[in-house]
Amino acid sequence: MAVVKLQRPKLAPGEQIYLTALLKGFFLTMTHAVKSLLGKSMGAKELASSGLGVTMQYPEQTWDSHLPEYYRGAPALVTDEQGRERCVSCQLCEFICPPKAIRIVPGEIPSDDPWAKVEKRPAEFDIDMIRCIYCGMCEEVCPEQAIFLRKDYVITGLSRKEMVHHKDKLYQIGGIRTGLVNKWNELK
Amino acid sequence: MSDTPSATLEMKQPKDLAAAIGMVNVQINGVWHQFRKGTRMIEACRQVGVAVPHYCYHPKLTPSGNCRMCLVQIGTPPRPAPGQEPQRDALGYEPIIWSPRAVIACANTVSENMGICTTSELVESCQAGVMEFLLINHPLDCPICDQAGECRLQENSIGHGRGVSRFADMKVKKPKNVAIGPRVRLDDERCIMCSRCIRFMDEVAGDPVLGFTQRGTHTTLTVYPGRLLDSNYSLNTVDLCPVGALTASDFRFQMRVWFLKETPSIDVNCGTGTNITLWTRENTIHRITPRRNNDVNSDWMPDSHRLNFHHIDGATRLTEPLAKAGTQHRPATWSEALQIIAPQLKAIAPEQTAIIGSGRMTNEELLLTRLLASKLGTPHLALVPRFAEPDGLLIAADRNPNTTGAKLVLATEDPYAGLDAIRSAVRSGEISALIVFGEDLITDAGFTAADLAKPTYLLQTHLLANPTATAAHLVLPAAAFSEKRGSMVNLSGRLQRLNPATSKPGQARDDWQILADLILAITGETCGFSQIEDVFSELAATIPAFSGLSLENISSVGIPVIDTGYQIPLLVTERARIAAGIVNG
Repeated sequence: MAVVKLQRPKLAPGEQIYLTALLKGFFLTMTHAVKSLLGKSMGAKELASSGLGVTMQYPEQTWDSHLPEYYRGAPALVTDEQGRERCVSCQLCEFICPPKAIRIVPGEIPSDDPWAKVEKRPAEFDIDMIRCIYCGMCEEVCPEQAIFLRKDYVITGLSRKEMVHHKDKLYQIGGIRTGLVNKWNELK
Repeated sequence: MSDTPSATLEMKQPKDLAAAIGMVNVQINGVWHQFRKGTRMIEACRQVGVAVPHYCYHPKLTPSGNCRMCLVQIGTPPRPAPGQEPQRDALGYEPIIWSPRAVIACANTVSENMGICTTSELVESCQAGVMEFLLINHPLDCPICDQAGECRLQENSIGHGRGVSRFADMKVKKPKNVAIGPRVRLDDERCIMCSRCIRFMDEVAGDPVLGFTQRGTHTTLTVYPGRLLDSNYSLNTVDLCPVGALTASDFRFQMRVWFLKETPSIDVNCGTGTNITLWTRENTIHRITPRRNNDVNSDWMPDSHRLNFHHIDGATRLTEPLAKAGTQHRPATWSEALQIIAPQLKAIAPEQTAIIGSGRMTNEELLLTRLLASKLGTPHLALVPRFAEPDGLLIAADRNPNTTGAKLVLATEDPYAGLDAIRSAVRSGEISALIVFGEDLITDAGFTAADLAKPTYLLQTHLLANPTATAAHLVLPAAAFSEKRGSMVNLSGRLQRLNPATSKPGQARDDWQILADLILAITGETCGFSQIEDVFSELAATIPAFSGLSLENISSVGIPVIDTGYQIPLLVTERARIAAGIVNG
């Protein structure tokens, strides 16, 4: 392993005294404190909070309407307009998942199924929400547009077992997603 | 000076030096090498580490030259005018005139002063063109294709493809998901018509049931009408298939290959000792494939051996010692089990005790079995023979993998000889203690349940629940071949090593440890082996054929230790084909 020698930054005499930085921090905190008391802090109006700054009264108040488009909540599986399970259990998400939260048991679609030509779908699909770090790699790697990070962030349970989202739960969170590429069309 | 200057010069030409030893000089990507005359260009490139992408070429099959992927640019020396001396550079090589067209490297052989270029712009554009044509009708359903991750088309598409398709028309429709045999499925849309499977079934398996029908883009791989791809070697076509056209029904949709760990080991289903790779994820074996060993199994293995692993984590697997209490067995701990054995065996006279071993035991286990027999002082020690019809290719008549090793370790000409005597002695009641290692006497050794009711003590080690275990007073759970380390000697006298790929379930133990523990429990003294390597060192010290060897030094292709004169039939055919120049080998 290569050894990288880091050069420590050269500090000016003023910076070497710890007190300067301490005072800076103190003034910053006090500024925010005064702003809060005057109801002028950032987001005070939008969040309709207690009137004392940005403190939100959860669970009476929730983040839901303020979540940005790119918010990454619980990963979930989706169905498309035709009612087809998008996932074909290629296991790429299982492979890419950094904390190894995803566990898939692949299964074969029986030949009498209307989607028999897709051949493969998950028999079991588990995401351990204790492990999940909401990184979104699964969504990024999915070649079938089947897994998406939704805005659900309230994931609770009384045991480790309850914290594992099984296939039905994942489809329930995911719901139907429209406008996806119809790869398995009638030409296929 | 008697020689003319030109004669001296000619003697020193590289072409003459090479020709004297049956070689030719070939320049590959600017570097001169020597190759044996008749070597195919693709094989020459492989020998010097130059990768030429290909699909249809396989060193063990005749070249068909139909995938066109291995295109390379070649050059030859200029043809001199009559009477003209050829030009030569300082090293004595003639200049190379490069051909403006690419040729396939798999079906052409090298010649003197030839130049091969695999990296020129011409070659790269040719390969990109071939890739584009191959992908025109390929379905690109990699997410559901079992080959994904080990697919040549994927690999070469990354290396030589153009990334996007210019093809605007409809792709050709072909049969998908066809069961062409009991163990193989065919997806014709994925097929790239390399014909490897056709050639394998014809040339190696000797059952030419596969072929192409239709023409052009409609070419379809199919099985002969009314026939099935049901040869016992059919799964080799799945290994050969560079794409996902042929997939194994057994492995289909089980696990993606990138999760699988490969462990080199050997097959234990017959005396050939086929070299295999165990593909495991966590503690499950997902598939077994043959591993190349040109002195044992070439590149192939029979389906019956390849699929014989599902019992290892099956429902009948024994996971804890079982002691008989009345008519039922109850689970026991190892220390309990070993405490029960010692007084029971000591109470019985040595000549009334018999040990039945297995030809599936490793050399190390056999050594400890012999040691146990001598510590007990019993003369009755035999293994269970297992003979059936050979198939004339890889499956030997002797279905025990370590008969040769047993002959060496037990120092006997026929390790199976004593079995009949033990059986009749058990019947007549002369034997009152029977110790059985890894064998089911009722199914495989001609014993009946009534015979096994006679001995006052019956001890068995085995993997699975079996009829003999029902009669046994104590059953000890042992390790499967994929769970243990050890060595075996195949029928042709090659010492090979088993490597563990999975761990033992529950309380099951390695067979050699069970034997060592038994010796300790019975004699009260250890046999002095703390690890399996020590047992092999003892073998190396006592058996001349193994002298100087150690377990860790047995290479992945094994070491020939004795010459038994046994010839593996498939290798005889293959060597004849190599000698005749039909295949490269």
